[in-house]
Amino acid sequence: MTRMSVREAISAALREEMYRDERVFIMGEEIGKWGGTYAVTRGFLDEFGEKRVRDTPIAEGVIVGAAIGAAIAGLRPVAELMTINFAFLAMDQIVNHAAKIHYMFNGQIRVPLVIRTVGGGGRQLGATHSQTPDAVFAHFPGLKVVAPGTPADAKGLLKSAIRDDNPVFFIEHATLYQVKGEVPDDEDFLVPIGVSDVKREGKDVTIVSYSKMLQTSLEAADKLAGEGIEAEIIDLRTLRPLDIEPVIASVKKTNRIVVVEEGWRSFGIGAEISSRVTELAFDYLDAPVRRVAQAEVPLPYNRRLEQLALPQVADVINAVKDVMYLR
Amino acid sequence: MTKALTNSELLELYRQMALIRRFEEKSAELYAEGKIGGFLHLYIGEEAIAVGSCKALLPTDHLLTAYRDHGWAIARGLPAERVMAELLGKATGVSGGKGGSMHLASAEHRYWGGHAIVGGHLPLATGVGLEIRYNNKPDAVLCVLGEGTTNIGYFHESLNLAALWKLPVIYLVENNQYGMGTEVGRASALTNIYEKGCAYGIENRQFNGQDVIETYEVMSEALAYARQEGPVLLEALTYRYVGHSMGDPERYRTKAEIEMWRERDPLCRIEDKMTSEGTASFDDFTRIQAEVAAAVDEMVKFAEASPEPEDAALWEHIYVESGADMGGRL
Repeated sequence: MTRMSVREAISAALREEMYRDERVFIMGEEIGKWGGTYAVTRGFLDEFGEKRVRDTPIAEGVIVGAAIGAAIAGLRPVAELMTINFAFLAMDQIVNHAAKIHYMFNGQIRVPLVIRTVGGGGRQLGATHSQTPDAVFAHFPGLKVVAPGTPADAKGLLKSAIRDDNPVFFIEHATLYQVKGEVPDDEDFLVPIGVSDVKREGKDVTIVSYSKMLQTSLEAADKLAGEGIEAEIIDLRTLRPLDIEPVIASVKKTNRIVVVEEGWRSFGIGAEISSRVTELAFDYLDAPVRRVAQAEVPLPYNRRLEQLALPQVADVINAVKDVMYLR
Repeated sequence: MTKALTNSELLELYRQMALIRRFEEKSAELYAEGKIGGFLHLYIGEEAIAVGSCKALLPTDHLLTAYRDHGWAIARGLPAERVMAELLGKATGVSGGKGGSMHLASAEHRYWGGHAIVGGHLPLATGVGLEIRYNNKPDAVLCVLGEGTTNIGYFHESLNLAALWKLPVIYLVENNQYGMGTEVGRASALTNIYEKGCAYGIENRQFNGQDVIETYEVMSEALAYARQEGPVLLEALTYRYVGHSMGDPERYRTKAEIEMWRERDPLCRIEDKMTSEGTASFDDFTRIQAEVAAAVDEMVKFAEASPEPEDAALWEHIYVESGADMGGRL
């Protein structure tokens, strides 16, 4: 085990997979000479050369589309979109092409592609650069959507994504890169896509979360423990295919559930989890499902207003107390 | 210099064009009978482009097209009866009945699809070109698009990247004068589409897409250039005799205009040339027409006798793993 940041874990995963498989290459805006706007690929250009570390024009449609084409022809591209907000410029390629090609052509064509991107608010970047639209991407069959919340998961899931024969949309979080944790050293350490994980065991209430909000939820759970409330935390890790079983098993134990997401509440991840829990474990619920989510506004620049809109530890604690009828 | 076509090769190209035309006429009938669903975009009038181009392609080259794709699939060598079965949505169709008219493909023929989002396949073709350069292969990519597509962002993003990375991609514009019902001059600031290649320093050329021999020669030269140097933008001047798709009221053009283009018909051009040279007789062409008509009838019989996809096919190929492997967590 080595203690490292999410940034170092993602960087290590990319480096290891590029050494393991000559077909793996990276392409995107400012990933080469600049070293990546989040410094994930710093040094890669010198290490691997221009063939495998390809700086592209600012042209998201062709970044994703050319990566799909290269994947169709047998390479294993990792395309980077500088932020998830720019993914909307490539939306047609992601949903009409990457997600459809294998099915529509009856399994003849494979698209072993990873699209790495960065989402999330909290850095005063204003409404267009701070979104968490993960649920939008999770809507489409044919696409896998992964969003890790710890260094170990980031490394293991990215390596699985690169080895996967399907298109994987890999969402990193702008404020998670500095978060540190223990990461296995084994170069074949993989975290399976489509498997949720119990990050903390508890008997009183289930908190379902992922990505940045996993860290927020863990912090809330620590504080709740000080008040004698033991929260069980399920980390979804993958949004599609969604692994609901650990959530259901937990709800059957705790009978109470709070879903914490950074994106907007309407038609969101919490809505989906809530619906499935209602379908699969309605009789086990002792309280209505509570959702903690971003205020339904375009995220403002002002620091205080921005934080007011984003879910905080206190919001999670209050939601837990609500479902336990302690408030 | 491109090798001249022999008379027997020329007759074979004629046979392919005649087959495509008969195939399309039959498809229109089947559509009218309700046996083909969805949209149906016919290639009648444009046959020389696919046939002449595919004659120049090697089996190892790659092909991507838009949705007016029946003629391309047949010219590329896909079994035409399986193309017909796809139009009828049958399990024996080239895409298992899950793609339909606009989404024909065959990995075996390196035909990576029929794509129905206008412009969406241009980045894909560019990426296939990237794989060729990445692995130092001698292959090339032919990417076929309509003139309406040259106004889309993807066109410019793709040409720029292909020029920047010197990718072996030929962007072939089939300029049939109309994007649906909008004539080229009402949609594109430049009506000589090939000139758009200048913006990216890309080799470009316009040619007569109604002439299968010229198409073959231009494509052969373009392929040689693309393999060695980089991308090419070609513009084939052509015309579709029938509507954009079935049910097009065609209020945007005159019968006189259609008749003018019929005078330049790609099949008649070969008939006139070979009969005047004495290299073939009208009997030869009459025989070929009868043969392809009979062949298309057999294709329809095959397609109609083919089974529908099983219900289980609904859940197959969403991901590379089977539905079962995903534990139903879809």
